[in-house]
Amino acid sequence: MAQTNQHHLVLIIARDFASRLSTPVFLVDVTGKVIYFNEGAERVLARRFLEGQSMEAGDWSTVFEPSHDDGRPMELSEIPLGVAILERRPDHGIVRIRGIDGVQRRIEVTAFPLFAHADECLGAIAIFWQTPEPVPEDG
Amino acid sequence: MKVRIWGSRGSIAAPGPETIRYGGNTSCIEVRGDADETIVLDAGTGARPLGESLMERQVQRIDLFLTHLHVDHLEGLGMFAPIWSPDVELHIWGPPSPVASLDERIATYFSPPLFPVHLSEVPARVTFHDAPRDPWTIGSITITADPILHPGATVGYRLESDGKSLAYVTDHEPALGTDLDAASTSWISGYALAHHADLLIHDCQYTEDEYPDHVGWGHPSAAHVASYARRAEVDRLVLFHHHPGHADAELEAMRAAVLAGWQVEPQRCIVAAEGTEIDV
Repeated sequence: MAQTNQHHLVLIIARDFASRLSTPVFLVDVTGKVIYFNEGAERVLARRFLEGQSMEAGDWSTVFEPSHDDGRPMELSEIPLGVAILERRPDHGIVRIRGIDGVQRRIEVTAFPLFAHADECLGAIAIFWQTPEPVPEDG
Repeated sequence: MKVRIWGSRGSIAAPGPETIRYGGNTSCIEVRGDADETIVLDAGTGARPLGESLMERQVQRIDLFLTHLHVDHLEGLGMFAPIWSPDVELHIWGPPSPVASLDERIATYFSPPLFPVHLSEVPARVTFHDAPRDPWTIGSITITADPILHPGATVGYRLESDGKSLAYVTDHEPALGTDLDAASTSWISGYALAHHADLLIHDCQYTEDEYPDHVGWGHPSAAHVASYARRAEVDRLVLFHHHPGHADAELEAMRAAVLAGWQVEPQRCIVAAEGTEIDV
């Protein structure tokens, strides 16, 4: 068969699903390269998909300056989407990011790998939403 | 490759005077390879007359490619004469499922109470295969299976031999969630299967008036077929999987609609009719 760059049907359906949600969604291929993020994600990241498509994992895991609540930088292997890609398992967590507009936002992220077959991972998807700042403990 | 259509109807058989030109049998196509391979695409009711023909020709190895297991693609298997012959080696290929094996899923239909005999009791030497993820070869033909947009596990097939290609992409709704005219081809379901095919056999179930009430049912409108053929840059197109309620004259009107959208010479698009033979 002639080589084409058609994505696997699972990714086509995942992108369609994401494009219909107002909830932010970020979709990467099996190498971690961005293949889609929706308008909800554009608002949180302050970046348009057209500007962010094809970002490698090493780019999106640094350009948004992910960090823990205590300010420590967050490695790719600690970010839920990074876990989904690197370890091929679902993960959930809270991440602080800085949008391209310079605004830091606290988001809650659920990410999971996309398996077409038990041994065929095609990529991963992250669904996230802004979450309130933690209430300081008394005393 | 030589292609013969034995059944081109979708959903349910539709015999009668209004469908006499294009036929009422459900999906079944025979492909004969240059090295005399016998490949059958789907086993709708067209598999019954095909089976009789194969027995007359004493064909002893048959490879049956199922796109999916909806009844209109499977209901002819019980009346497919070669399956009742111990002299026949029958290989059945179909889409893999994480839930059950191919033979278990076929046996859901091919067993009591829906059928008097259980699949495991047929005399033919039957082997079941999940369609591989990578291309494979049968004789002179290289086959590729790829999942396509249709409810449930469904694949399309591309057959290549001697530099020629046949894409069989039926039961396919490529426009679901996609603007076929605007989308990058990398986001079009089934694009790789059909890309530059010498012959594309594609589902053409609905008119533009019918489609809005059937979004998500897994079939395209005539306009979608035109866009898909144009984007995939196929040479010839066969309109297939006709709606059981469409009479011969309506199928011809749908061909005109496809040609109006595709904007190619009329001879590049035909309506699948039982008995049609095409050289690829």
